Amino acid sequence: MSLLRIAWKNILQRRVASLLTSLSIGLGVMLMVLVLVIAGAVETAFTQRSIGYDLIVGPKGSDLQLVLSAVYRVQPPIENLPYMYLEQIRADRRVISAIPLAFGDVTQQGSFPIVGTTAEFFENDYMPGRRFRFRGGRIASLFDAIIGAEVARTNGWDVGTQFSILHGGAQGSLHDELFTVVAVLEPTGTANDRTVFLNLQGFYAIEGHEKPIDEVEKRLRDFYAADPQRLDSAMQQLQQYRVRRAANPDIREGQAMDSPPAMQEVTAILVKTRPATPFDAISLASELQKGFQAMAVNPIRPIQRFMASVVGNIQKALVVLTAVIILVSGVGIFVSIYNSMVDRRREIGVMRALGAGRHHVFGIILAEASLLCLGGAAAGWLAGHALAIIASPWVIRQTGLLIDPWAVSAIEAILFPALGLLGILVGFLPALTAYRTDVAEALSS
Amino acid sequence: MSLLLENIRKTYRQPEGGRLPVLGIEHFQLQRGEQVALIGSSGGGKTTLLNIIAGILTPDSGRVVIDGRDIVAMPEVVRDRYRASRIGIVFQTFNLLPAFTALENVMLGMTFSGRGVDPKFAQELLQRVGLGHRLHHSPKRLSVGEQQRVAVARSLANKPVLLLADEPTANVDPANQQLILDLIRDSCRDHNVSLLLVTHSMEAAASFQRIERLQDFNRPELCAPERSA
Repeated sequence: MSLLRIAWKNILQRRVASLLTSLSIGLGVMLMVLVLVIAGAVETAFTQRSIGYDLIVGPKGSDLQLVLSAVYRVQPPIENLPYMYLEQIRADRRVISAIPLAFGDVTQQGSFPIVGTTAEFFENDYMPGRRFRFRGGRIASLFDAIIGAEVARTNGWDVGTQFSILHGGAQGSLHDELFTVVAVLEPTGTANDRTVFLNLQGFYAIEGHEKPIDEVEKRLRDFYAADPQRLDSAMQQLQQYRVRRAANPDIREGQAMDSPPAMQEVTAILVKTRPATPFDAISLASELQKGFQAMAVNPIRPIQRFMASVVGNIQKALVVLTAVIILVSGVGIFVSIYNSMVDRRREIGVMRALGAGRHHVFGIILAEASLLCLGGAAAGWLAGHALAIIASPWVIRQTGLLIDPWAVSAIEAILFPALGLLGILVGFLPALTAYRTDVAEALSS
Repeated sequence: MSLLLENIRKTYRQPEGGRLPVLGIEHFQLQRGEQVALIGSSGGGKTTLLNIIAGILTPDSGRVVIDGRDIVAMPEVVRDRYRASRIGIVFQTFNLLPAFTALENVMLGMTFSGRGVDPKFAQELLQRVGLGHRLHHSPKRLSVGEQQRVAVARSLANKPVLLLADEPTANVDPANQQLILDLIRDSCRDHNVSLLLVTHSMEAAASFQRIERLQDFNRPELCAPERSA
């Protein structure tokens, strides 16, 4: 009979105390696994090179907010850029693709973000080497929409479903226009899964999206103050538009009417530079940074900075907290085994009389503590991942985080050796007591 | 020769200081297969003597030779293993481990001998003591007599040369006392094992050919004054 089996039989002998102490370890491990699974999902979601673009161009402001709003769609937009600026970017020889995004609204059902864009968005890789795949047709008319897989699943929408959107967020007013789903994206594991894409022109056509001409003029004068040539061109477009609107007094203000580029705005621009010259992205970002009109940010860097400075520290704090819970549970195992040593003195004496050496009884007690720790850890690990499976649909719904319940982090890999070590540590003193047991005294007790 | 005791001296430290002489044995021996009943009064040093022979206690001086080797001179680790492989012990209170079944208790006796565990032999031993149908029962589901029979089987698990029995019938009901005694004696005879049975019951000792009174050969006063002072 191996020492491990003897230890196991001793554990079974005190099954209630063993179960409770092991359970406390298991709960600690379960909490740690949950923290790690969620932390892993956050890290994957926010550090993946998920957009396949080199730069994101947006109005001056927080680079983190620009990335979170344009790529991850979890923050409101900063402001808008004139559509004419998109044409400027497209004209740059270093740029091979510049895709406009207009956003800020959400769906009435489920509050999923709305993004107005062009067909080119779906022609590019959403992640390096990964292309969008659809079920359904393409955007053909003004109020057609393509929806992400999670939107379809959560809202129960499919091709042909009609839906309404709210202006400016969940508390906004309801737009009158009805949109029709023409295609559903296959899951991508990115924020695109919980996004509703509209035709950019349709986005402009929504009543209330067009600003008053005077306000647009003021913004353009500010934006192109240092570029009189473009400002003149913009002012000419506005003047012609004013005339056209005056000729159609039945069209209310805010209702678009085949508006010129000068009247239109974009919230962000996704930019791809020439792949053969990697410095293009750096030089373009640097140039834009010097100006006062817009900024260009690398989509990865602000997130990495944010993860390292805020999210990473919170995750570390939670992991440390759960580790402390596990340690406290370890102390529980120590107390349980140590207290049982008084009752088991005679049993130890009998084993010694049967020929067990001091090292044998020492090993049996250590094995007991380790089995309790490792057994609790195994149960807690399974429970943690099982809970992640059960909770993942809810988490996805609430946060948009795509949880992989069976993702195993590096910390989990060292969890079992660490708990084996904890077992040895908490078992050491009781084992030493067993080691030092006076056999003759124990037998006469 | 199975057992030879020479010049054994044993004293205990007293709480108020000084040492209490307990054993002073010049010579005692047991031939292979011999069966001896050792009688002594309570507190006379019987259990101390058994513990010394078993290597559980070490004497202050003297030699305890079992199967040709002096166990006093052995390092503790070697002595433990030697005890497991050469000496069987039957306790007054059976001392079965409650976490293990009858069969496992017998196999536990084999675990520490270094010869490996032989479940078939353990089973055979239990069958011989009439417990073939109780192999997987835990001690608490066995009667007192059955528990002591398991203890006897366990003591023989490593085919010892010497069996030490400390008042093995003291806690057994009168109906089973002779049964247990016969079982121990027959088992020792069958396996050619020497038996040293400690008892304070003349009735239990009566059937033995050789009966020794501890007070006849134990002279605690032999413990040197400087050691007992």
